[in-house]
Amino acid sequence: MSAKILTVDDSASIRLTTKVTLTNAGYEVTEAVNGAEGLDKAKAGQFDLIVTDLNMPVMDGLTMIEELRKLPAHMGVPIIFLTTESDADLKARAKAAGATGWLTKPFDPENLVKIVRKVLGR
Amino acid sequence: MSSTDPIAVFRIEAAECLEQIEAGLLDLTHQLDDKALIDAVFRGLHTLKGSGSMFGFDALAAFTHHCETAFDRVRKGEAPATAELVAAVLDAQDHMRALVDDPNGDHDATSQRLLAQLQAAVGGAAKPAQWVTAAAPASVVTDKRKTWRIRFSLPLNAMINGTNPLGLLDELRDLGECRVVANTSTIPSLSALVPTELYLSWDVTVTTEQPRSAIDDVFIFVMDDMQLDVEEIDGNAVVATPKEAVVSAAPAAPVAPAAGEIVPVKREAPAQVAPVADQRQAKVTESVRVPAERLDELMDRVGELVIAQSRLSQLASASADIGLRSVSEEIERLSGELRDTMMVLRMVPVASLFSRFRRLVHDLARETGKVIELVTEGETTEVDKTVIERLADPLVHLVRNSIDHGLEPPEERFAAGKAEAGTITLSARQSGGEVIISIKDDGRGINRERVRAKAESSGLIQPGQQLSDAELLQLIFAPGFSTAAQITNLSGRGVGMDVVKKTVEALRGAIDIVSLPGQGSDVSLRIPLTLAIIDGLLVRVGAGRYVIPLSAVEECLELSLEEDLRSRGRSFISLRDSLVPFLRLRDVFRTGTKPDVHQKVVVISTGTERVGLVVDQIIGDHQTVIKSMSKLHNDVAHFSGATILGDGSVALILDVVHLVTVGQQQEAHLRAAG
Repeated sequence: MSAKILTVDDSASIRLTTKVTLTNAGYEVTEAVNGAEGLDKAKAGQFDLIVTDLNMPVMDGLTMIEELRKLPAHMGVPIIFLTTESDADLKARAKAAGATGWLTKPFDPENLVKIVRKVLGR
Repeated sequence: MSSTDPIAVFRIEAAECLEQIEAGLLDLTHQLDDKALIDAVFRGLHTLKGSGSMFGFDALAAFTHHCETAFDRVRKGEAPATAELVAAVLDAQDHMRALVDDPNGDHDATSQRLLAQLQAAVGGAAKPAQWVTAAAPASVVTDKRKTWRIRFSLPLNAMINGTNPLGLLDELRDLGECRVVANTSTIPSLSALVPTELYLSWDVTVTTEQPRSAIDDVFIFVMDDMQLDVEEIDGNAVVATPKEAVVSAAPAAPVAPAAGEIVPVKREAPAQVAPVADQRQAKVTESVRVPAERLDELMDRVGELVIAQSRLSQLASASADIGLRSVSEEIERLSGELRDTMMVLRMVPVASLFSRFRRLVHDLARETGKVIELVTEGETTEVDKTVIERLADPLVHLVRNSIDHGLEPPEERFAAGKAEAGTITLSARQSGGEVIISIKDDGRGINRERVRAKAESSGLIQPGQQLSDAELLQLIFAPGFSTAAQITNLSGRGVGMDVVKKTVEALRGAIDIVSLPGQGSDVSLRIPLTLAIIDGLLVRVGAGRYVIPLSAVEECLELSLEEDLRSRGRSFISLRDSLVPFLRLRDVFRTGTKPDVHQKVVVISTGTERVGLVVDQIIGDHQTVIKSMSKLHNDVAHFSGATILGDGSVALILDVVHLVTVGQQQEAHLRAAG
């Protein structure tokens, strides 16, 4: 069975790229447009991995990660966040909030798949 | 949003972002200190920059970055929001719209002017943009095996935060031969144990050709919070662990080599004898032996499946049935994966091939009284098992040749100021879809005069005939050619080199020779990785369809009808300052059809030489299962096999080596004629 991935991003084009890339790589992808929707969808269905942007309206990625890690069902679920090279401080905060790994924007779709595979394991 | 083109989606999204930014800025003019508005504008700029850089709108991303930086400072309270700033970004925002609409236009002057304006408004915010695409570190295979001892422990909350230590261990195992010992001494008593916390630490010994950075890459996400200790150790001095005994390797006594002695040297040292043996044992326990015919049968079935699948894809793509299409795509993916798995099953490391040479070189060294060092490199490179079987004899011949003709006797080497021990290097490496196996010696090199004299005396070439250096060297592969002054036991019997060449060509490979007088020769065999399925370029010539192996294709160009007419009588195209001869396949195949208005030239190469093939149409890439032609077609030139296309029709596969030779000869004739 293919792994289920939730992608959370307010940018439709990044969401589309993520979805197409991961679907082609054989994963089942669900989309959410901000942290609040991401949190709701995560609670409603168990995902094997979450890919999220940090800077989003309504609820940002940091808050969503913190909230998710409080839920027993979401301890241990790998969470990858998207960040820019310039934002070292944000990266540290996302890790402290409980994120597993990151992907630097702009990203190469192949790199996304590589990191998803790395975090999901064989 | 129904569009599936990310760039189209990005344009719509960019328009929305710009509207949001504009609305925010206009509102800000009335209430400069509104934090929510500042955040909204920042977010709009941030998304525009991030998505823009994703989809190649680099000028937009670079320009927007400055505005984003300015707003970030305001957001963090480092700079005040001023009417000038809002006005400057409003102006800039119109410019961003232009950068989205026309990303390739010349916007530099406007960008500079607006940035200066922005800088004046915030003071010093507009630093040059600097973000770097996080290119994944290319995995550099240095071919230098090293053994590393890696001790690590992860933070207690690592598993809660999604890090799977088993995944990290798997990644370490992927690097190479690996031994893992877990340290359980840190596990607390049951009453104190929290099930979600990670108490273990590990001691891992891994032998790999990958550089140190590959180990760091494994831990990239946890690096900052963990204990990691990596040290290079001697591969033989196996680290003592509570459960493992120390294994000491037999010390190799380094004595000066005497004549007639062979000194085996492995570049992958430090001394690999013990670990290699370990590895073999480990492999035996983990593998299942299968008769080779069964693998071949399976390969045939997979081949037929690939053909059937491509027919299905063709039907599905012409159909409006969404369900059918999605099943077809699924089957396409699965059959691709099945094919890849199948390929891997057939691959075996060249170590099995190279290992035979130690004895051979030993014996030859004795017979010839030469001192020879055998160096093997890239033994873990994997090649299709059929290729290994068929290459064994040609390689023996080439190694014999190098020792007999190439390497000088010790006294001659000494006189020439060289080390008395000659070196034969056998190496294998993968390059794209090919494996390159090379036999290199540091001997005297090929004597051109003698090759020429011999070729002239045996009538292979006319006396004084003009030949390029490559052509001259290729003469040694001519049937019946031998330059050995005396016929020895080893080589020089004039049989062999032509057989070597035929064998390699039968594997769809090619041979390159580099030889420098006094410095030695390097004969490289370039062999495709697999024999049964290739990636091809499907082209049309007249009414027929043909497949060109993609590995040989260098580029495709357009040849307009006028150009074609203009070049009647001669057959060159000029390709970046070099002239490449071309063949009109329409003429070669005598199709009798009129050329298409927009003909294409497919430039193919055998590594050293190039030829353009003029075709009527390039249809696209096509994965091809090679079906060999029957014995009836033995003397068919131009083609190396056939394949069945998606619609059930047959397409012939072009013989690249042959066509390049024909093209080059035709050029030579024309040049000689006029």
